[in-house]
Amino acid sequence: METMIQVRDVRKVFTTKDNKVEALKGINLDIHKGEIYGIIGMSGAGKSTLVRCLNFLERPTEGTVCIEGRDLAEMNEAELRRARTEIAMIFQHFNLLMQRSVLDNICFPMEITGRKKSEARKKAQELLKIVGLEEKADAYPAQLSGGQKQRVAIARALAMDPKILLCDEATSALDPQTTKAILELIREINQKYGITVVIITHEMTVVQEICTHVAIIDNGELAEQGTVEEVFSRPQSRAARKLVFQNENKYAVMAGKRCIRIVFKENSSFEPVIGNMVLHCKAPANILLADTKDIGGIAHGQMILQLPEDTQIADRMVQYLRDRNLTVEELNDYVG
Amino acid sequence: MWDNEIVRMLVVEGIVPTLYMTVTSTLFAYVLGLPVGILLVVTAKSGLKPNAFIYKILDFVVNILRSIPFLILLIMAIPLTKFIVGKSYGPTATIVPLVIAAAPFVARMVESSLLEVDKGVIEAAQSMGANLWQIIWKVLLAEARTSLIVGATIALGTILGYSAMAGVVGGGGLGDIAIRYGYYRYETGIMIVTVILLVILMQILQLIGTWLSKKLDKRITG
Repeated sequence: METMIQVRDVRKVFTTKDNKVEALKGINLDIHKGEIYGIIGMSGAGKSTLVRCLNFLERPTEGTVCIEGRDLAEMNEAELRRARTEIAMIFQHFNLLMQRSVLDNICFPMEITGRKKSEARKKAQELLKIVGLEEKADAYPAQLSGGQKQRVAIARALAMDPKILLCDEATSALDPQTTKAILELIREINQKYGITVVIITHEMTVVQEICTHVAIIDNGELAEQGTVEEVFSRPQSRAARKLVFQNENKYAVMAGKRCIRIVFKENSSFEPVIGNMVLHCKAPANILLADTKDIGGIAHGQMILQLPEDTQIADRMVQYLRDRNLTVEELNDYVG
Repeated sequence: MWDNEIVRMLVVEGIVPTLYMTVTSTLFAYVLGLPVGILLVVTAKSGLKPNAFIYKILDFVVNILRSIPFLILLIMAIPLTKFIVGKSYGPTATIVPLVIAAAPFVARMVESSLLEVDKGVIEAAQSMGANLWQIIWKVLLAEARTSLIVGATIALGTILGYSAMAGVVGGGGLGDIAIRYGYYRYETGIMIVTVILLVILMQILQLIGTWLSKKLDKRITG
């Protein structure tokens, strides 16, 4: 398959007054024509820097980025600008020109390249139809919802008939419903026009929804890459597992040191006290020891709980238990 | 005392030269200050074409000129005024020190307006392959339009005030009348009238500026 974007040993170092930050530590990536390639990582992993290296909004400190076999680093400024017209980009905060109407926003990239105004307007009208906003041509961005703004941004991105569409957290400012609709639109564009799509996100659901391939970026390095099925079914790296289990594994790690001892004497064993407390306080507690018996419908015995680190929640839990007439005793340095 | 002669004088020697000085000086101040303001933004460290050398020189010159009190600048500029205009008194001569005082002020106003433009929008324009000039014209200046108009209104008001101050050295206009009649001849009535006229002019300028900036701002919904 034809390679669209080839990234080789890309490093990016940001030098500030008193320290150096290595945002990318030798990235290698091959993105082929027609793929929807997801790059996923936690915030600060370097994914935004990486996507900006693909159109040289950020120049890599080292390494090469080739688009259709042409090295961006070897282009002069005019060539680079021409290359950029083929690499469209949409953003988390849409980045529309607030003082221009929707139609004029879509005309903007065509204006830059000197296309005739009448032609540009005609093309912009067609693009508005594709993104489903024909009736908003004369509106201004301030009058649109987030989803509508992103649709305008997509129409604007398509104005130059790009080969590549870079999406930098394009759905992160949108609600789940709108996110779905925008991703659907991006998929449609990918299939209809054969545009290669690169999606930067921190949400696994976005990758699952739309991507064919995925690369996981962690702390400036690619932890794993492959087709979405591969990475999902057999995540190898720690970073991948963390992202894949993002949704299933919501258990907080019990880091709290505070332990309490509860003594049951007169509570009805029919009341699930601990379960209710967890539901009430919306935070987990760790049962370190439980020795309770149901004697004639009354709970007898004791339990030792490890409370969450958040003192407010922990205090609320203790209060909840006291309110239920349980004896609560703080344990210092309990070793289970 | 309120005969036609005095009314004629207030209009012909007062309002007309004051407006002439204010508007002409503001125009020239923008001719000089706008490019400097743009250059300050473009050459700044986080700008589109960082250039510490140009930035530091402009920044320094602007600060120096801004720190000279206008009354002193009026006197210091006399040789230059004589060189350019041929004389050092009258409305046309006053335009020279007014421009020197206002241009750096305008540069700072323009700078702060342009810095308000969302960096993301600039980045978007870059990603579309826009060149530096296109970004300056179509993004920076166009998106900062409202703020630039508000700034221009403030500049006009400030220059109107300065122009009155030039009356001290025979600059002409309402300020000149106020000093000649009110200060030298103790005709308080005329002085009060000139002040009222200045207040009215300021109000009108402000009203026009506010109306224009609101009318042209597309960020307001509805």
